[in-house]
Amino acid sequence: MALYILKRILLFIPTLLGITLITFILMQYLPGDPVAAMVGERTSPETIARIRTELGLDKSLAYQYVLYLKRLGTGQFGQSLHTNRKVADDLLQKFPNTVTLALAAMICASVFGISLGVLSASKRGTNCDRFITLFSVAGISIPVFWLGLALMLLFAFYFRWLPPSGMGNGDPLYLILPATTLGTFSLSYIVRVTRSTMLETLSQPYVAAARAKGLSEREVVLKHALKNSLIPVVTLIGLDLGSYLNGAVLTETIFGWDGLGRYALDGILKRDYPVIMGVVLFGAIIFMTMNLLVDISYHFLDPRVRVKGKP
Amino acid sequence: MLNDLSLKDLTSNTPAMIAVIMLMLLLFTAVIGPFLMPYDPCAIDLDSLKQPPGRAHVLGTDSKGRDVLTRVVYGSRISLAVGTIASALSLGIGVFFGLIAGYFGGRVDAFCSQVFDIFLAFPSLLLAIGISAVMPAGLASAMLAITLVGWAGFARLVRGITLSLKEQTYVEASRSVGATPAWILVKHILPNALPLVLVAGSLRVGGFILLEASLSFLGLGVQPPTPTWGSMISLNRAHINSAPWMVIFPGLAISMTVISFNILGDFLRDKLDPRMRV
Repeated sequence: MALYILKRILLFIPTLLGITLITFILMQYLPGDPVAAMVGERTSPETIARIRTELGLDKSLAYQYVLYLKRLGTGQFGQSLHTNRKVADDLLQKFPNTVTLALAAMICASVFGISLGVLSASKRGTNCDRFITLFSVAGISIPVFWLGLALMLLFAFYFRWLPPSGMGNGDPLYLILPATTLGTFSLSYIVRVTRSTMLETLSQPYVAAARAKGLSEREVVLKHALKNSLIPVVTLIGLDLGSYLNGAVLTETIFGWDGLGRYALDGILKRDYPVIMGVVLFGAIIFMTMNLLVDISYHFLDPRVRVKGKP
Repeated sequence: MLNDLSLKDLTSNTPAMIAVIMLMLLLFTAVIGPFLMPYDPCAIDLDSLKQPPGRAHVLGTDSKGRDVLTRVVYGSRISLAVGTIASALSLGIGVFFGLIAGYFGGRVDAFCSQVFDIFLAFPSLLLAIGISAVMPAGLASAMLAITLVGWAGFARLVRGITLSLKEQTYVEASRSVGATPAWILVKHILPNALPLVLVAGSLRVGGFILLEASLSFLGLGVQPPTPTWGSMISLNRAHINSAPWMVIFPGLAISMTVISFNILGDFLRDKLDPRMRV
């Protein structure tokens, strides 16, 4: 068991190196001279040359990549071109806000998503099912940023039930709109997967056996079918984290939420490349780590994986 | 497998029919639409700022007096172009590398799979942002970004299909009479993989269109004043309270387009591959 975890972690490393390589390559294409961005206009060529040597910019790309890795290893993600703050500091400060938002969205999406999926599957073919299915297709088709604006228009400006933007010093009312917006895509996806997994499970022989035994429909669905359907759904919830990182960029922008997403947007607008690259890399690392954790937990959740090595 | 699909399958399925009609409407709008519009999409008209939908401007005007309907119609060109071209490119690249990785196995496969995993390790929008931020903004940057984001998913899918198909007897038979790998891949494996790939592709087009819209919303990709649905929403969102139509209609356009692609994709998947759920 520990061996399995170790193996997964070992496989994690080449991919981690790979994403740093891609980020590094992307950074080579950045417009502008990094040294010129740092110094004033009246610096002498000797000073510029000296800074270049200090930063290792005159060495080969391979050497620069190793330098880059070393810097990343010590947690140096560069400095913002505009505020001169360390990107790493900004990332660590804003990350918890994004986590709060994502967690709220994920809990709602999972709870409602699974419930609606089960409901839809158990009432297959009825209008209820059709409505839920249509709703879930719409949910993965509507752009996150537009949904946010529409919800804001409706609930904040028209009905005036909720505040339109900002974080409100932790007041939960401010969390509702952004979390709903962020979670809708995931919720719809979960509804679809839960529904199809449940349908497949409900056609299994043991379900027919349970019904023949005289168990109520509710017992059959909730006690037997659901437990077995949950495994792919649970892994999906973890893997869907990518959609939260993507959606956060758009949602936080609209609702003025001070997290990683808005930090990325500010970086884009101001062409603050260390910030942009920092968020891209950091986001990828978080995503990979979550996938790794989901992978490992899958091992524990599905006994078939333990025995045969694959489901 | 495509031969099993008949027109009757389509007409009996109402949502799919509606989706196909919407998509044909979209195609018409993108190709012919601009010629039918009375207004210039970038023409600033300071006399009609922020007009609500009315007789002169069916969907109203935006904060610079430009007709919203015309801009939405012109915007459809960008969305459709980027969506389809980026899909085709990433599909092509993905199929190519997927076939190679799946067929040759061994170290080639190990290396290719690692590359796929690296690209798939990035959240899609973040990678697209990273790629388009370092290039000069424009249509090309959006297309390149989306293509690079999407190819690895197709590659992994095709690799899986190839792995299972290459064990078939007809492949072994072909090999035993001296067929080259290229021949086997093109003549045997590719045709059998194609329906599944097309289903995956049709399910992804919607995602690519959303990605393009998100990029232009963030200010990357195609730049103003060229109208794109995403940038129309971002440029006008400050006025959402006073003039919501400027934001509602482009968003509606995106949603209807993507829903249609998704419904069509679901329909194709149900008919061509019942095993591949969601």
